[in-house]
Amino acid sequence: MQARLIAAAAALLASSAALAQVPATKAAPGAGPQPGQRLVVDINGGISQPMPIAIPAMPTPQVNRTEAGSTDALGRQVAEVVTNDLKGSGLFKPVSASHPVAFPQVTAPEYDYWSTTGASALVQGFVQANNDGTLTVGCYLYDVYAKQELTRQGFVVKPADWRRAAHKCADTVYTRLTGEGSYFDSRVVYVSETGPKNHRTKRLAIMDQDGANHRFLTNGQSIVLTPRFAPNQQEIVYMSYVGNRPRIYTYEIGSGRQHLVVSSPNMTFAPRFSPDGRYIVYSMSTGANTQIYRIPTSGGTPQRLTSAPGINTAPCYSPDGSKIVFESDRSGGQQIYVMNADGSNQHRISFGAGRHATPVWSPRGDLIAFTRIGGGFDVGVMAPDGSGERILTHGWQDEGPTWSPNGRVIMFFRTAQGSGHTSLWSIDLTGVNERHIPTPLDGSDPAWGPLRP
Amino acid sequence: MIARSSTVLAAAALLAVAGCAKKKPAELPPPPPSSTTPAPEASGPPTGGVGNTVVPGSRADFLQQVGTDTIHFAFDSSGIDPEAQSILTAQARWLSQHPNVAVTIEGHCDERGTREYNLALGERRANAAKDFLVAQGVSPGRISTISYGKERPIALGSNEEAWAQNRRAVTVVPQ
Repeated sequence: MQARLIAAAAALLASSAALAQVPATKAAPGAGPQPGQRLVVDINGGISQPMPIAIPAMPTPQVNRTEAGSTDALGRQVAEVVTNDLKGSGLFKPVSASHPVAFPQVTAPEYDYWSTTGASALVQGFVQANNDGTLTVGCYLYDVYAKQELTRQGFVVKPADWRRAAHKCADTVYTRLTGEGSYFDSRVVYVSETGPKNHRTKRLAIMDQDGANHRFLTNGQSIVLTPRFAPNQQEIVYMSYVGNRPRIYTYEIGSGRQHLVVSSPNMTFAPRFSPDGRYIVYSMSTGANTQIYRIPTSGGTPQRLTSAPGINTAPCYSPDGSKIVFESDRSGGQQIYVMNADGSNQHRISFGAGRHATPVWSPRGDLIAFTRIGGGFDVGVMAPDGSGERILTHGWQDEGPTWSPNGRVIMFFRTAQGSGHTSLWSIDLTGVNERHIPTPLDGSDPAWGPLRP
Repeated sequence: MIARSSTVLAAAALLAVAGCAKKKPAELPPPPPSSTTPAPEASGPPTGGVGNTVVPGSRADFLQQVGTDTIHFAFDSSGIDPEAQSILTAQARWLSQHPNVAVTIEGHCDERGTREYNLALGERRANAAKDFLVAQGVSPGRISTISYGKERPIALGSNEEAWAQNRRAVTVVPQ
């Protein structure tokens, strides 16, 4: 929480004078095999031909002990995290990079050597302990064939936050080479599960998007479901059975304090924040019907947004806050609807085979992810007008999609037939690069938070 | 809890407690640490008997008189079929004989619905059972509902037989 991240090349230059004196050669004319072409990763077709990239261990100007280990060990670990991030995106293919890099070479790469490895891009950097107890992690991206620096960033972090600096470095590389926003320095809140199928213990848990820095937030005494981040990432809204009264609560990540959101004798569930954080939209059941409401985050009177008889639930705002996508069985089975944020203009958008549930609007605004209920559960996407439906996954039960901050990757949970074991997975928007997200126990109901500031 | 005492007097006291506590059944204090018996599970085996005697108005009495605390539903349905009707009718008769007993109806679903929808469907099932009991003359104030969605299956398999058992509403009488 306290990380001071200075993502500015100016700060790096100021804090690392030795490096700043090395001239950053901008133009190395005609050196590459494709002169005149920019080094670019095609984000849509890139997975079929991932870009070869070298990410050697990052040297340190002076080996110092820190509370997170020595700076030379951290230099190796930062390079590993960057490697895993970029490899995990499916867009990059890290080449063997055991070749040592001396500190002065960080800004003067051995292009002739790296060109023999097949790498098109090269990520170098350094880890330096500062007098005030912080670390500076420098991150440099080079075009190996053009022999040209593409970008550089410096990050000042507490030693305990060294992984964040590594993720920021990977974000810098990803963004520079794809031209898109990135997602590596982000967190996931989810429900950790353990125990027999008829009596699962469920705990809120939070972790980095790669599964590191895992932490349990609740103790498992009450069932907890569907946690979602507040836009400022300081709070989570979720549903808890505490006191055998299923209601929605907020959880302050810093203090652990929890607050009841809606004072009502009825069950409240399926909560989500509005993009500006001012509202929480949720469902409440009254008898046979379930309707969607919103309530100011600061408290106040709930406003009902739906009224059609049936089960109206799983609301989610569009990224600009002007619309809400939700599911309703008003026409029979579950289907996806869109309405204005004030509840007006409710219209159905899903008409494909099977039922459609748990819609989630992409942070880019261009797509809605959902659970398609046919023979089993699959995760798919469609445009906000319902066109272009594509099914991306094919498990027995794949449910509950959530978007990466850049809208390129979808995380979901997969339930195993019979045993009921659950696990977290991610898949690229193009339907490839399906990956298991490691968790200490079973995992469900993931919610991917925004890119951290 | 108090009810774990082995005297008839205490059992009678339980009935009084159950009657008074109906508005906040979930907020009964946990058993004291000195308790020599494990805390009773809400859906555990029927007790309430003292020796071989079933205490009138207890959960054991309810199960003995009615036969079952559970009705079942078709897939994605909250309809009360004839079998469920006869069970609920017997439940209503028992409840009319024990007007001080408040109950909680739990609604449950099989695993073939999404999380949020199943929460609502479980509530719909619990309310369908409640509405039937109310139509039979049971005061709505005596019946609270809670949905567990697909969180608490009773049968563990992923097959038609297990799913049929899990689509249920359970009338929980205090111990």
